[in-house]
Amino acid sequence: MIDVDPSLVNWSRAQFAFTAMFHWIFVPLTLGLSVLCAFFELIYLKTGNEEWKRITRFWMTLFAINFACGIATGIILEFQFGTNWSNYSWMVGDIFAAPLAIEGLFAFFIEAGFFAVMFFGWNRVSKGFHCFSTCMVAVGSNLSAVWILIANAWMQNPVGMLFNADSARFEMNNFAEVVFNPVAIAKFTHTSSSCFVVGATFVIAVSCWYLIKKRHVDMARKSIVVASVFGLVSSFFVAFTGDESAYVIGQKQPMKLAAIEGLYKGERGAGLVVFGIVNDKKVAGDAQDAFLFEVTIPQALSVLANRELGSFVPGIDDLVYGNAEENIMGVNTKMEKGKLAVADLTAFKQAKKDKDADAAEEALARFNVNEEFLGYGYLDTPEEAVPPVSLVFNSFHLMVVVGTFLPLIFGAFLFFSLKGTLMEKRWLLPVGIFSSVLAMLAQQAGWVTAEVGRQPWAIQGLMPVKIATTNLSATAVQVSFTAFAVVFSLLLIAEVSIMLKAIAAGPEGHRK
Amino acid sequence: MKMIEMLVKVFTFFRDGFTQMTVGRTLWKIIFIKFFVMFAVLEVFFFPNYLETNFETDKQRGDYVLEQLTRTSATN
Repeated sequence: MIDVDPSLVNWSRAQFAFTAMFHWIFVPLTLGLSVLCAFFELIYLKTGNEEWKRITRFWMTLFAINFACGIATGIILEFQFGTNWSNYSWMVGDIFAAPLAIEGLFAFFIEAGFFAVMFFGWNRVSKGFHCFSTCMVAVGSNLSAVWILIANAWMQNPVGMLFNADSARFEMNNFAEVVFNPVAIAKFTHTSSSCFVVGATFVIAVSCWYLIKKRHVDMARKSIVVASVFGLVSSFFVAFTGDESAYVIGQKQPMKLAAIEGLYKGERGAGLVVFGIVNDKKVAGDAQDAFLFEVTIPQALSVLANRELGSFVPGIDDLVYGNAEENIMGVNTKMEKGKLAVADLTAFKQAKKDKDADAAEEALARFNVNEEFLGYGYLDTPEEAVPPVSLVFNSFHLMVVVGTFLPLIFGAFLFFSLKGTLMEKRWLLPVGIFSSVLAMLAQQAGWVTAEVGRQPWAIQGLMPVKIATTNLSATAVQVSFTAFAVVFSLLLIAEVSIMLKAIAAGPEGHRK
Repeated sequence: MKMIEMLVKVFTFFRDGFTQMTVGRTLWKIIFIKFFVMFAVLEVFFFPNYLETNFETDKQRGDYVLEQLTRTSATN
């Protein structure tokens, strides 16, 4: 048994989740709106029409407000690593140092240089250089996200590293493997394109509000055309990268895919659940139905997971208890190997303490045999390896449903804009405003799927969250959680009110 | 000489930019308040770095984490 208070683990997780979700209110808008600002300015550069300059400057102001609101909200996550997740942050320090340092450098050079030109440089540098700076801010913002996502992807699929038993750290031995981790590539392309969709819905939402109020009509209509084209193209890219993301999950994190689809019994030619009501009482290994009701597309899950009709997709029961026929090792077997790894690591530590070099070497050699199962050695039961199926299933399907509707909304706005009848379709304008909420909801649901779906792991297969956490009192985490929640709620109110004031003031109200 | 001229230009660029800000002033205030709250309040009083605070050397930190990783094996 592990002597960590479960409520401590849950509070630490809740605090991290709350902070990350708060941070992720601002990040998608920064990434999406930065690219849209670049498009608006490119149109200005191409046409020389001052109206496009006015449009560009207005959206840049909202971009700046969002950027300022989002600044440093991620720093709290780093504080939490040091306070609540000290074992984890020590062990991954060597892996995360390089990507996070590169991200910091990117941010510094962009913010000190191109960002300044973007906001201070109107009429002071050439139009071309100004536009180039805006494009660089968009590129740089998105590239700095790459490094964070590489770090996240490593936790989902730890590659390019060795475990140093002396220092108790994972050490990077192949930078390229870490950077080109297939999970990282799928995660970045899917995340960034979905952020573009968020940016597009934001522009449409604000523009629709102006159209409802009959203010800044020309600017709003022009903005809607650009945003709906951008949103539509990005939506298709989201679908394409989402498919790749699901494939990678199927290959690298089959338990997550099984939870996403509520699949307990693996099968050949597995169907994809389009809609379903999960049976909350169902647990791994029992005979209950996984769903109270479901609609499936035959074969589609096999194609999604393996790119092959009729291929086998393992279910939760196969992964927990093993399936010899399909050559799948169960969690129960992995636990035995993991416990050997932990015992050998203990023997190594003792031998080092006793200054017995030979015994230490032998223990380390034995440890290396089962090293990849280390995390399983800390599980109490095989069923502990199963994430909360209902939450993962529902959040994934919420994301997909919203992701399916958004291209239709973009398409409708583009169609009626080009036809010149947008103002006659008054019913569409509130839909445009609501689309921004939907896109943000889909973003959050996507991250819930990704992060809850990999539970109980902090590092897939190597470190469960209950080992990653610092052995503090749950009360200490509750106090810091409350302090953080109060401070950030107040800041959020202040920041949202600045944004709303800027929108209410419109393009005439702001310069820098 | 050219280097100095360049530095002066950059300085003037930033100085004029900052002095002519409108919305930016409020945003900078928010940013500074946020940094103050985070680094002077939250980090100091609520989020101390556990390993930095309780151990002096990396060797001690590594030993502590190794202890955490192996403390369960006796009961498994």
